[in-house]
Amino acid sequence: MDFLVGAFKPPCNVSISFVDTKTRKQVPLKKDNGQTIMVPLFQSQENIIGEVLIEPTQGKKFEHNGVKIELLGQIVVLVIGGLSHYTWPDSILASSVLFSSVAELYFDRGNFYDFTSLVRELDVPGELFERKTYQFEFSTVEMPHESYNGINVRLRYILKVTIGRNYISNIVECQDFVVRNFTPPPSINNSIKMEVGIEDCLHIEFEYGKSKYHLKDVIIGKIYFLLVRIKIKNMELEIRRRESTGSGPNTYVETETLAKFELMDGAPVRGESIPVRLFLSPYELTPTYRNINNKFSVKYYLNLVFVDEEDRRYFKQQEITVYRLLES
Amino acid sequence: MMIPDGIEDEEKWLAEGIAGIQHNAFYMHRALDANNLREVLKYSAQMLSELRTSKLSPHKYYELYMRAFDELRKLEMFFKDESRHGVSIVDLYELVQHAGNILPRLYLLCTVGSVYIKSKEAPAKDVLKDLVEMCLGVQHPIRGLFLRCYLAQISRDKLPDIGSEYKGDSDTVVDAVDFVLQNFIEMNKLWVRLKHQGPGRSREKLEKERSELRDLVGKNLHVLSQIEGVDLEMYKDTVLPRILEQIVNCKDDLSQYYLMDCIIQVFPDEYHLQTLETLLGACPLLQPTVDIKTVLSQLMDRLSNYAASSTDVLPEFLRVEAFAKLSSAIGRVIEAQVEMPIVGAITLYVSLLTFTLRVHPDRLDYVDQVLGACVKKLSGKPKLEDSKAKKQVVALLSAPLEKYKDIVMALTLSNYPRVMDHLDNETNKVMAMVIIQSILKNTSCISTADQVEVLFELIKGLVKDLDGTDVEELDEEDFKEEQNSVARLIHMLYNDDPEEMLKIICAAKKNIMNGGPKRLPFTVPPLILSALGLIRRLQGREGDLTGEEVPATPKNIFQILNQAIEALTTVPSPELALRLYLECAEAANDCDLEPVAYEFFTQAFVLYEEEITDSKSQVTAIHLIIGTLQRMNVFGVENRDTLTHKATGYSAKLLKKPDQCRAVYACSHLFWVDDLDGIKDGERVLLCLKRALRIANAAQQMINITRGSSGPVTLFVEILNKYLYFFEKGNPQVTSAAIQALIELITTETKSDSTAPDAVSDPFFASTLRYIQFQKQKGGAMSEKYDSIKV
Repeated sequence: MDFLVGAFKPPCNVSISFVDTKTRKQVPLKKDNGQTIMVPLFQSQENIIGEVLIEPTQGKKFEHNGVKIELLGQIVVLVIGGLSHYTWPDSILASSVLFSSVAELYFDRGNFYDFTSLVRELDVPGELFERKTYQFEFSTVEMPHESYNGINVRLRYILKVTIGRNYISNIVECQDFVVRNFTPPPSINNSIKMEVGIEDCLHIEFEYGKSKYHLKDVIIGKIYFLLVRIKIKNMELEIRRRESTGSGPNTYVETETLAKFELMDGAPVRGESIPVRLFLSPYELTPTYRNINNKFSVKYYLNLVFVDEEDRRYFKQQEITVYRLLES
Repeated sequence: MMIPDGIEDEEKWLAEGIAGIQHNAFYMHRALDANNLREVLKYSAQMLSELRTSKLSPHKYYELYMRAFDELRKLEMFFKDESRHGVSIVDLYELVQHAGNILPRLYLLCTVGSVYIKSKEAPAKDVLKDLVEMCLGVQHPIRGLFLRCYLAQISRDKLPDIGSEYKGDSDTVVDAVDFVLQNFIEMNKLWVRLKHQGPGRSREKLEKERSELRDLVGKNLHVLSQIEGVDLEMYKDTVLPRILEQIVNCKDDLSQYYLMDCIIQVFPDEYHLQTLETLLGACPLLQPTVDIKTVLSQLMDRLSNYAASSTDVLPEFLRVEAFAKLSSAIGRVIEAQVEMPIVGAITLYVSLLTFTLRVHPDRLDYVDQVLGACVKKLSGKPKLEDSKAKKQVVALLSAPLEKYKDIVMALTLSNYPRVMDHLDNETNKVMAMVIIQSILKNTSCISTADQVEVLFELIKGLVKDLDGTDVEELDEEDFKEEQNSVARLIHMLYNDDPEEMLKIICAAKKNIMNGGPKRLPFTVPPLILSALGLIRRLQGREGDLTGEEVPATPKNIFQILNQAIEALTTVPSPELALRLYLECAEAANDCDLEPVAYEFFTQAFVLYEEEITDSKSQVTAIHLIIGTLQRMNVFGVENRDTLTHKATGYSAKLLKKPDQCRAVYACSHLFWVDDLDGIKDGERVLLCLKRALRIANAAQQMINITRGSSGPVTLFVEILNKYLYFFEKGNPQVTSAAIQALIELITTETKSDSTAPDAVSDPFFASTLRYIQFQKQKGGAMSEKYDSIKV
């Protein structure tokens, strides 16, 4: 933007740093240009403390209309249209790093919504002669939503330093950081148990041990066959992510299959009980997000799929809740 | 053309599969060398994906499996060495489960599981249980079977058995057994399901393919039998009932047959003995098409071998009532399997019989029970047609004979003849021959009349014509052999006690008499001779009448014999009857029973007159009569005269002159018995000899007339010899002068022109002369006697 477009050499360098950079956990973040950088990780109600260093280039002094730092939480909704598609590679080890190449031009026509905006004035209007550092502190910041990098929507947190200028555009410097919020194990976590079937073809009873899973959890369950009249070739369990953006008639839904996990090879007979054990850790899941700021939701589903010998597919989908476990 | 193409395709698919394994194994090896876990997992999983094929028959699939198996060994070595991959075994156990495809995932899981158990970081039972549960995910029969086979393979040395390092406080033998049983049950289910695979394939092919895989299933039972902790109690309470439950429930004949056989083969005899009831209880529940008879035969075989191995175990057999259990199980099986052909049932009885003969040789009642059960099965059905079934019945009936080597045992079995009743005539005869041969071979003695009765009932096929026997069919040779056997058999009927022996003879006679004209000539003589043997033992015993029974006196026996021989005359077989009459007469002579002897002679003469018409037979008969009569010393003068007169008369009336001549000079002996108190009527001897000379002369003349040349002088030389005999014996009527005259007569005859030299008579005459010469020169009294004879 202004900063990027600037045809002139900027009059100064601006950098933002945190006091606890060395000890704080860094996590990868994919930037707009497709590069991945390491950024610090925060959670809600943490203090965000650091300093801003402004260094005039070549020792030149310059005037400004004041310096401020903002902490912004933004939701960026993209206009839908023929964006990303990826194909699931037929790899044996379902890998977590496989889906990558989401189109880069995210923000071209995106809409921004700031749900959090905090400001600290760092300096009154004046002149800068030499490098100068400003301490800043945002105490116990409410950051209820997690950073998210979806197909049609993105939620991000940034620290934005603005050096106001007259007549010419302001100098802006941004620093991304990531927010993840942990939750304790849910007090109620019922199993998912259901009997389903196609009349006179296939009747099964399936059970998944829980309805809520943390990100490194294991899905344990079993599929019990009550009636088998079709020639089943195999049975898979898929994990699907459903990202919906917007509301009402303008809701856009993207569904991705994150995992295809073969549970059974061959055709069972009546009375067989097939075990389910699916480790979630290899897959890049996020917690379930429900109606974040009325802008978007991300939900997860377990999809039980039967494939018969004619490659017809029969399936049953169940929503599960994913959460980020507070590690004790 | 379809089949060859199919085979070719299969070869191609196999080659592709092997190539795929080799290709990925190559990269896996590289990754192993580089200790790159991620790559190792990737390529090993890809390699194992080749096993996902559905295109191969079990045989070919096995080849592919073995390739993968070898590679998995290397992988296991790698997993074992944490320093190479830096991941704890627990994490590794999770890591391999991330694989998306189930088959490679489970092979890897089993491989890591093996290392996991070895590391002892978790109780062996937990890992084993997890593995065997997870393998449920592969429901495809062939792939599932091989996967579980792999699981069985890698777990074999890691079972928490007694003495195993994997047995701990929480890991017990029960866990080991549970694991193997569970794997076994699942494998069997898969194996059975293979039957329903692929509708396009022929049933035979499927059966064959299934057979090829059976050892994969059976191996589990072998493993169970090797677990030391499986003691009798556990086998009885857990192992066997669970195996049987699976066998019965799978409702598959191939599997049931194979697994029952497996159980019998792999577990110790002792266990079988103690669990007979359970094991046998399963038999009637099997499918009707299961070849249960072979299974049970195997079991009984094993048990009887076991019984034979040591006498210590026999009390156990009795304690558990092995026989009763087997017997009732067989009954139930036969009842349950309505479709079982009769031969199957009989085969079962044969096995049971073999078992009891080997295990309880002292229990004849068991043998009879088995036969009784067989009778029950056969009754109400037409006589057996199936040749296999007939063979089995023969085997059934032969077994006790072979075992006891004593027919008497068999004769006490009430059901024995009842089984034979169900045989057709031909087989009945075969069986009768078996019985007889057994008796003869073992020279067993049949020593009571009751036994004789039973025996004849058994061999009635040989002794008389049975209803429906087609006489035309009989082969002459076979018939003779059969009847000769019966004849030999009669000699085996013997008792030292004369009373009983008489009863035996009566019983035998009664049966033999029904034999009909073809059999009597074979069977009567041995009977007569046997009776005569008895008579000789009784010689001198008085014929006192005691009680109502016929006492064993010669007189009584002779009466019986008379009837028997009479039967022969009606056959008719007069020559044979005549011989027997003469035998009897001689025996009566020895017993000093003149009237009896006379009666026999009378019978013989009557036969001679009325029945023996053939001239050759007459010659033979007359010589027999003369010979016998000569030895008789019981007759008074009158009787003797009558008989000798008759005999001489018959002799002179023979058709041919030479026969006449010979008979007549033979008669000379009737008047000169060379005993102390024998008759010595020199006059009549000479009369006979002279008469013989006359006849010889007449014969010579007849030849002269009819042929124009003198016949040989043989008859004269023969008469000369008679003369010499009586001369030496001191018959005063036979003088040296008469001899001298006869010699000269012969010399003249031989030298006459009309007489051609004769190859028989000339040397005969020469040696006779040489004999005279010898006697003359010998010295002593005889030489003096001969002195007057000039040669």
